[in-house]
Amino acid sequence: MEENNLNEMKELIRNYVIKEYIDDDDTTITDETPLISSGYVDSFSMVSLLVFLENKFKIKIPPSKATPEAFDSVNNIVALVNQYLNK
Amino acid sequence: MLSEHPSYEELTRDFSWSIAEKELEYTPGDIINIGWHCSDRICQKGKADKIALYYEEFGGTRKQYTFNDIRLAGNTIGAFLRSQGIAEGDRVCLFMDRIPELYLSFLGILKMGAIVQPLFSAFGDESLFVRLENAETRAVITQKKHLSKVRKIRASLPGLEYVIIVDSIKPSELKPGEILFSLENAEPVEKFEIAPTRAETHSLLHYTSGTTGQPKGVKHVHYSIMSQYLTTKWVLDLRDDDIYWCTADPGWVTGTSYGIIGPWSLGVTQCVLDTGFSAQAWYRFIENYKITVWYSAPTAIRSLMKAGDELVKEFDLSSLRHLASVGEPLNSEAVIWSGRVFGKQFHDTFWQTETGSIMITNFPGMKIKPGSMGKTFPGITGAVLDPVTYTPIEEPGNAGLIAFRPGWPAMMRTYWRNEEKYREKFVNGWYLSGDRSSIDNEGYYWFIGRDDDVINTGGHLVSPFEVESALLEHPAVGESAVTSKPDEINMEVVKAFITLKPGFTTGPDLELEIMNFIRKKLSPLAMPQAVEFMESLPKTRSGKIMRRVLHAREWGEEIGDISTLEND
Repeated sequence: MEENNLNEMKELIRNYVIKEYIDDDDTTITDETPLISSGYVDSFSMVSLLVFLENKFKIKIPPSKATPEAFDSVNNIVALVNQYLNK
Repeated sequence: MLSEHPSYEELTRDFSWSIAEKELEYTPGDIINIGWHCSDRICQKGKADKIALYYEEFGGTRKQYTFNDIRLAGNTIGAFLRSQGIAEGDRVCLFMDRIPELYLSFLGILKMGAIVQPLFSAFGDESLFVRLENAETRAVITQKKHLSKVRKIRASLPGLEYVIIVDSIKPSELKPGEILFSLENAEPVEKFEIAPTRAETHSLLHYTSGTTGQPKGVKHVHYSIMSQYLTTKWVLDLRDDDIYWCTADPGWVTGTSYGIIGPWSLGVTQCVLDTGFSAQAWYRFIENYKITVWYSAPTAIRSLMKAGDELVKEFDLSSLRHLASVGEPLNSEAVIWSGRVFGKQFHDTFWQTETGSIMITNFPGMKIKPGSMGKTFPGITGAVLDPVTYTPIEEPGNAGLIAFRPGWPAMMRTYWRNEEKYREKFVNGWYLSGDRSSIDNEGYYWFIGRDDDVINTGGHLVSPFEVESALLEHPAVGESAVTSKPDEINMEVVKAFITLKPGFTTGPDLELEIMNFIRKKLSPLAMPQAVEFMESLPKTRSGKIMRRVLHAREWGEEIGDISTLEND
């Protein structure tokens, strides 16, 4: 994937996470910030993040791949999404 | 090794709650205060310097508190609340993550005689509002990260006089009525006059969901400590040298009965890990703190199973000597798995917000039947009742309603300002739990399911009515019906069936919008994990939505009598 597209994807996901799951304006979310293991996104909310990714990127992520580890940072999510793009 | 208590049969035969009274040196009529019993009394027993709490948060920051530290902190917080004008009997809400201030404020509120109202910090503003409004809460103790939710509803809660923020916030950012309280900067209060609370003085107000109506405030009293003390000692088998970990959040009853009161009333060291779930982090936590007794939930145990057996081998978990579980029924596979990978089987327990303490358990030393909840705790009279006659079913293996004879110390005293609902929980002198099971010929209870439409997801009850009502506030939703669908990890999760108002069209974006709408308004637990758009919902001819038809479809069950179903 081209770097521009990659950065765009990261920004899109990061902004969505901040908008939907982070209440405190002072919290900084980078592409490396742990999301699940830190508790910013709980396991129930992870389902809505999964639906967002599937809708936005027109992909289907199998339940076995939607693990807390795979969702634990923007970078991890991008890696997961890339596995299913253009499939 | 489990402790060498007398056998279950002996304890049951000779049982009296006076055992707990004697061990806690309580004489009926005395002052009794949970906050004092969990801190001052332990210090008086010569354990002032013993660690009461090991705390670790995400990123590895660690703190530790001795029993003298928690005694002082409870005094300091209690004195602060009293200085602000909080009075005995006022409701003080704890709306925090699992940070030390949550546990310490719990003690402080009780010491000064107010009622603790713990609420899960992931609650959305609507869930928070209905509970604070119902309890006429006078103060909320919270963190900066949750302040926006409190601010959003504050104007609609005239009785909410104080919002106390316990972590870093600039004084210039505070709004009128908001107070910054830093325990670290406060002068420790050595001597504090404990409120003269008695056995029946109210202590806690935990909220629970029912099929209909708004959540109910379950009122507990200081005398509940007798149940929590003895069940912790016997069922969780805690002893003086244990390092204990209860994974529950004190926003729910397990987190207070067995995440605060039980271990601290016994003077036992406990650990708190305030992070999101990660199997590695949990195993590392057990290894680092050499945890010996672990009380967790089936959802977490199944998530650990999913993470695999190999991961377990990367950690030294040999400190573990006793495991127990609560929340929803623990499946036999999980019991057997834990025996294989940890060398110890999880002991399932059954109880509720209303019961306040463990009712049914796989008692230590007793044969575990994987998949069974065990037998009634000594002193508890239980039965499964015929759903028509409300009399005990004597025939082993027949399904009925789980019921208990009231009278144990931690039994709820009423629903907050809802005496009518409270009375409805009793028939023929039995307390009806709302759950169904059978009892086998050895007296073991086998869970079957709820007797109502309440959804038990990940061990937490969600009211379909509450979700349906919230859905109707979404501009696109015409009608809604909410039920559960099976889930491998959480046992069941929320599913919503929706018809749309004219002008709206179905689609994945709308599905996501509705999911997030509920998540923010109520909580992540209440968020439908699936939304199905329908042309019409199944209804009776009188127009009542037939939720059970949808439920049966999701679970592949017989639909039953549909003679009243409306024909389109």
